[in-house]
Amino acid sequence: MLEHYLSLATKAVFVENMALAFFLGMCSFLAVSKKVETAIGLGTAVIFVLAVTCALNQLLNEALLKEGALSWLGLGNVNLGFMTFLVLIGTIAAAVQVVEMAIDRFSPELYNSLGVFLPLIAVNCAILGAALFMVKRDYTFGEATVFGLGSGIGWAIAIVAMAAIREKLRYSNVPEPLRGLGIAFIVVGLMSVGFMAFSGIQL
Amino acid sequence: MQHSNAYTIGFAAAVCAVCGFFVAFSAVALKDRQDRNILIDRQKNVLGVAGLMRLDESLGADEISSRFNESIRAKVIDLASGKPNDSIDAVTFDQRRASRDPATSALAPGNAAKILRLPSNALIYEVFKQGEFDSMILPVEGTGLWSVLYGYIALSPDARTIRGITFYEHGETAGLGGEVDNPRWKAKWIGRKAFNQLDEPAIAVKKGTAGPSDVDPHQVDGLAGATITSRGVTHLVRFWLGENGFGPYLKRYRAEKGI
Amino acid sequence: MASKEREALLDPLFNNNPITLQVLGICSALAVTTKMSTALVMSAAVIAVTVLSNVAVSVIRNHIPSSIRIIVQLTIIASLVIVTDQVLKAFVFDISKQLSVFVGLIITNCIVMGRAEAYAMQNGPMLSFVDGVGNGVGYAIILMAVAFVRELFGSGRLFGMTILPLVTEGGWYVPNGLMLLAPAAFFLIGVFIWVVRSFKPEQVEEDFHVGALLEPGHEGGLR
Repeated sequence: MLEHYLSLATKAVFVENMALAFFLGMCSFLAVSKKVETAIGLGTAVIFVLAVTCALNQLLNEALLKEGALSWLGLGNVNLGFMTFLVLIGTIAAAVQVVEMAIDRFSPELYNSLGVFLPLIAVNCAILGAALFMVKRDYTFGEATVFGLGSGIGWAIAIVAMAAIREKLRYSNVPEPLRGLGIAFIVVGLMSVGFMAFSGIQL
Repeated sequence: MQHSNAYTIGFAAAVCAVCGFFVAFSAVALKDRQDRNILIDRQKNVLGVAGLMRLDESLGADEISSRFNESIRAKVIDLASGKPNDSIDAVTFDQRRASRDPATSALAPGNAAKILRLPSNALIYEVFKQGEFDSMILPVEGTGLWSVLYGYIALSPDARTIRGITFYEHGETAGLGGEVDNPRWKAKWIGRKAFNQLDEPAIAVKKGTAGPSDVDPHQVDGLAGATITSRGVTHLVRFWLGENGFGPYLKRYRAEKGI
Repeated sequence: MASKEREALLDPLFNNNPITLQVLGICSALAVTTKMSTALVMSAAVIAVTVLSNVAVSVIRNHIPSSIRIIVQLTIIASLVIVTDQVLKAFVFDISKQLSVFVGLIITNCIVMGRAEAYAMQNGPMLSFVDGVGNGVGYAIILMAVAFVRELFGSGRLFGMTILPLVTEGGWYVPNGLMLLAPAAFFLIGVFIWVVRSFKPEQVEEDFHVGALLEPGHEGGLR
């Protein structure tokens, strides 16, 4: 079983990297990858939120949304599957808010470094994307947690690496129309090629 | 603009009510159509692999279900014993759901196709042409490079020769591993032998090009640039034709027919 | 058409394209661009959601309490996406199957949210409608362009019709497999930005200039 989790995590971090293989979370990926320091901050926040919301959404999906999930209420025939998107995004928005307040209350230092990123995360496609993949692939609670954590780590690795490259890129003489966004896309493309080397790796 | 708490809560409730109405309305109004789509989609895959529908043909939903009902019979079997299981209704049986539910499935023994759970029952199809038993269609699934591939394999009445194969759901790279649903590649399976002399599953997707089926009966052309998907297909086909999959059923079938 | 409306419609197409200039909504877009048909359906879905959410938000903009503004917008958008998803599942089942989770990801597509927050909250329903169409189409243009290149060179087809007969099917064209993989989408968008900005030099990002690094006080500068 441990082997299964390990393989799932490796897959989530490297092979099916949220940012580089599925293009998820690209908006903040490109906007917040100009400095390594901020990238680390956002990356950490994403890992945290992804792990929490993925697990939470799995529980909700199991208890409310799946076909026949309401049988504990005696409503086995009611299928609320069509509400999936609404519940997932609601949970994510609420969880982000709660996490923000909790960090603010218990660890002001952490809040100072992560706080500004949290509102940004509620609309990060990677978070909703992970939740949707989780529902589609029908993960168990354990799998969902590992998958959320792994996806978060993968995304964080990608953004920190990207920021490091962009810091160095400041010293290069890029053709004028390509500066900024243009070259950023091409760099992401090259990173994505690099990550393809991981495809097919199985533990 | 400042609003009272009561107004805010009331507003939120109103938005929820309106949105909820639209969502529920669309879901309920379109439910029948969607369910029918899913059913037709499944029947279409079975027709395709049974050779009852040409690959370039696009049929209406009614035509698909009438062709399906005319010549195909669904049957639920017990995987371990290979006996038909009449206690389950084949029309409503959902093998994929059954293989997730702990009550109707078990952990699969370690296998190269990376199948984790095995259902205790499986849904197979028998094809009749002009009243004659023409072929049997067995569901297969297993891991490729990125994703789990779901498909069907069709065998001739001798239970050894492949009649066709199809993958109706997969997430392999389009153009590389995704070529598993390329009609030309699928056509290369037809006429190959799935089993060797000892009735062990022997079919394999090789790297490169295989010979014609009378010289090279156990091999199929590999998918260019998709070694891992090709290997995955070999593993999954062999698993499902082997002793943990439909082996017991095929054995009983051959014994009954004396072949 | 009044000039303000024309501007709202035409501006997002090239001058202020949501993808190449505003960096919005790339997330869900690129994974569906290996084929023209999926890209087309995705574009249509995004246009529909952008337009409807813009109009809906604009109609109630004066009544939304600002404290719950974002979550109200999110709810409206999520509901519209659910309805869209249901319609796709009912009428174009094959393509909706291929789009899989990416229809749901329209919810977090920054274009929809961004236009609702930045435009529809300040403007009337008519203008917001036009703005929604403009931004949706601006997004669709890039999506279709990327899909055109990827499908044509990656699998020799357009909308599933063979244009360049493949070697594997007895033709002469050896498909460029890279086009179908994730990186190609990034390269193509990078190149599109390059092309657009070569013709519109005013869009070039100035802060990226090497010379700027030599100025005192510039962060990460050489001095």
